[in-house]
Amino acid sequence: MGSSSSSTERIPDAQELMQETGFSAAHLVRLYERFEFLDKDDRGELRLDDFEAVSELAMNPIGDRIIGAFFSPGRETVDFPSFVRILAHFRPTDTNRTRNGRNGAQPEPANSRTSKLKFAFQLYDQDRDGKVSREELLQVLRMMLEMQVTEEQLQSIAERAIQEADLDRDDAISFDEFKKSLEKVDIEHKMSVRFLE
Amino acid sequence: MAALWTLPLLLSGCLLGCLALTPPDELPQPHNLPPLLGFNGSDGGPSVDLPMALRVFSVDYHHVQAPFEIVLWIMLASLAKLGFHWSGRVPAVVPESCVLIMVGLLVGGVIYGVRHSAPPTLSADAFFLFLLPPIVLDAGYFLPGRLFFENLGTILWYAVLGTLWNVLGIGLSLYGVCLLAQSSLGDVSLLHCLLFGSLIAAVDPVAVLSVFQEMHVNEQLHILVFGESLLNDAVTVVLYKLFESFLRLPSVSGLDVLLGGCRVVVVGLGGLCVGLFFGLVAALTSRFTSKAQVIAPLFVFLYSYLSYLTSEMLHLSGIMAIVTCAVTMKQYVEANVSEHSNTSIQYFLKMWSSVSETLIFIFLGVSTIQDVHMWSWPFVCSTLLLCLIWRATGVLLLTAVVNKLRRNAVTFRDQFIIAYGGLRGAICFSLVFLIDDFPKKRLFITTTIVVILFTVFVQGMTIKPLVELLDVKRKKRALPTVSEEIHSRLIDHLLAGIEDVVGYWGQHYWKDKFEQFNKKYLRRFLIREDHQARSSILRVYQELERREQRGDEEAPPLVDPRSHSRLLLPEEMDSIRRILSRNLQNFNNKQTPAYSRHTLHQDTTMDRTRKPLHRHQSLGERHTYNTITHWPQVEDGEFSESHRVRAGLSRSHTVCSISPRPVLQDSSASAQTAPADPRPAGDDQVFPQHQVPARRTPKKQLSFVLENEKQQ
Repeated sequence: MGSSSSSTERIPDAQELMQETGFSAAHLVRLYERFEFLDKDDRGELRLDDFEAVSELAMNPIGDRIIGAFFSPGRETVDFPSFVRILAHFRPTDTNRTRNGRNGAQPEPANSRTSKLKFAFQLYDQDRDGKVSREELLQVLRMMLEMQVTEEQLQSIAERAIQEADLDRDDAISFDEFKKSLEKVDIEHKMSVRFLE
Repeated sequence: MAALWTLPLLLSGCLLGCLALTPPDELPQPHNLPPLLGFNGSDGGPSVDLPMALRVFSVDYHHVQAPFEIVLWIMLASLAKLGFHWSGRVPAVVPESCVLIMVGLLVGGVIYGVRHSAPPTLSADAFFLFLLPPIVLDAGYFLPGRLFFENLGTILWYAVLGTLWNVLGIGLSLYGVCLLAQSSLGDVSLLHCLLFGSLIAAVDPVAVLSVFQEMHVNEQLHILVFGESLLNDAVTVVLYKLFESFLRLPSVSGLDVLLGGCRVVVVGLGGLCVGLFFGLVAALTSRFTSKAQVIAPLFVFLYSYLSYLTSEMLHLSGIMAIVTCAVTMKQYVEANVSEHSNTSIQYFLKMWSSVSETLIFIFLGVSTIQDVHMWSWPFVCSTLLLCLIWRATGVLLLTAVVNKLRRNAVTFRDQFIIAYGGLRGAICFSLVFLIDDFPKKRLFITTTIVVILFTVFVQGMTIKPLVELLDVKRKKRALPTVSEEIHSRLIDHLLAGIEDVVGYWGQHYWKDKFEQFNKKYLRRFLIREDHQARSSILRVYQELERREQRGDEEAPPLVDPRSHSRLLLPEEMDSIRRILSRNLQNFNNKQTPAYSRHTLHQDTTMDRTRKPLHRHQSLGERHTYNTITHWPQVEDGEFSESHRVRAGLSRSHTVCSISPRPVLQDSSASAQTAPADPRPAGDDQVFPQHQVPARRTPKKQLSFVLENEKQQ
């Protein structure tokens, strides 16, 4: 281990990225190699078709949304820092940080529970209004359940989900309600890609 | 419906009569290798001839005896199988293997009763050389490749270490039992016990497959158990031969044990290499079959069988060879040969493996009826108990370790199925017959038969209810809310996607490397030029068109008549939960096996339309989700050039599986396209024919072999 910083020389702003995301130098290098592998035309940035070349992603029911999450709104390409920043969400949570123990000065790290949940929330909330409306929920449900249920059943499932979660009765799920409905789920473990540790 | 199965029964009865009345064998020992194919036949048949030169009518049974008897047996087996499937409720309760063994017992009993001598038994050579290869070939050819390689580490872990654990555990404990029961079992040595342990510990792929057919297990579990049963052959064969040769040596030294260990590796890898070699040669041969398409399927069988025989000749693992051969040649052969040839290959594989399996089970039943039994309560009972105990502890321990390294943990339910589903079958049976003669050999034979019968009957029949019980219990404990379910599944999909993006080093890294190598060298060399670039796309289009032409299934409208109210009734809640638990599949955790003994994919689609019984109120069995196991591997590299096409293709995966979203019918077409989908709009024109009105759920699936989940 302990790869020298010379191998990160090829990566622009390596130090800042490591600082910001918490990735080690070794991981950053590997992510860069992966980035270069995905970047088939050697443009230095990823475009939509580069993501779509990952065949398993095409079979993923929410593959489109995952790909979309990499692109900042309005942008058509993903450069390496953005790539890494998104993936930083999936680092395992640092265990030496207690949940309430951080002082207010530091920004929420990308791989904290809240940030992870926020990322997941944004998969639903495509219009970024901070709420998941019934329609947005239905869209995702349709993607996941595909053709196996009828429209009526989808409606009732969405109905039930909103019922359970919607505490302020505005017929939409806000981020806090989303967080609350998942409080029993071990998000830190579920939403971490282990080898990014 | 019930009356229909009496017909096969009547026919079987007639066949029984024929078999029983064939003149008895002059050599009463059942272990002798008969002249042909392992069936103890008779010689000298009745022939009627008139005294003069006038022979208007004569019977010369002797002339056709051997093939006649073989055909009779196969006919009996097949009719029994038919009868089984027609017999109403029986298939739901009793696995096919059990019924076949019972039929075999019946036949054996009848033959014994009529002839007063032992009925023909399954000779080990016949089993290993003729009956086993088709089954393993079928399993290997339809092996869900992607899933298998993703779980390869776990499978190897279970196969090698698990088998070692079982063998040593059972062998040593049995020796302990023999020591304790000095009086009756004193002459069974440690080596004998270890030898016995090595043959009884191995899980049998034939039995496992036949039982899992009727159970619905998720793909991952299926591949774990099945893969383990295939791969543990290497370990079993080596240990068996090792202990056997130790028995023949005057003394055993540590060096011998070490050499034995090396042999495991050699046998396994050797089988692998032999299989690889023959697979590649077969692929190359298939490249040139365009001028003689009719014999193309023959090459598949010939080369696979050759690989099996070669590795058996070299005392390597034949099963591994044939599986490797099948897996290797499959993608190239499919690309090279015509559509009809492909179908022929698949159909013949299924047919032969089916016949083989049926015959094996029937003969297991028949062979149980014989004179050579020796019974010993302590030995038999302790063997049974020890098999269960050691397997359970082995699985628990191994899983505890392996779960730390896997993303999809092997749950307790899965562990139970793995442990309890470790059935023994005909391989043990044949191996026990091959042991050199020693005083207690008959005891071993009896014990093996008892273990096999116990596992197949008791475990085979009870595994399904027990698993359901487990599911029920689990559900009662922690009912997740609907939100939790949905969001959890979303997160699972998300994680799978992210891992795919990042490229799970170790798995995808090597897979990508292999795909590049495959594309650059292997495919160029092994696939016909005109088939190379277009092969997969063309096949996909053809496949789609074929399905299109075959017509779509009309799903009966599954409308929930109750209107939505704010408060949902408990029944609705249950139905929702059922829907979710069945459909919100973890991406790597699908509920249907990709491999089916009995059907090919076309038949499954057709079959399900004709079984309205299986449609309960909630949903049809369309698991359009099923992984397209082969396409990604094949198409991975090819499409980077043609984005549009590939995008169209991957779209077709989703289009085919999702097909018309229900929204297409009327309202909110805008919501349909809302998912941030910056694909070129032209994509949708690629498959205009799939934009069919809603409520129709055509099953356009590109998976190769499917079995839809049976509804309860």
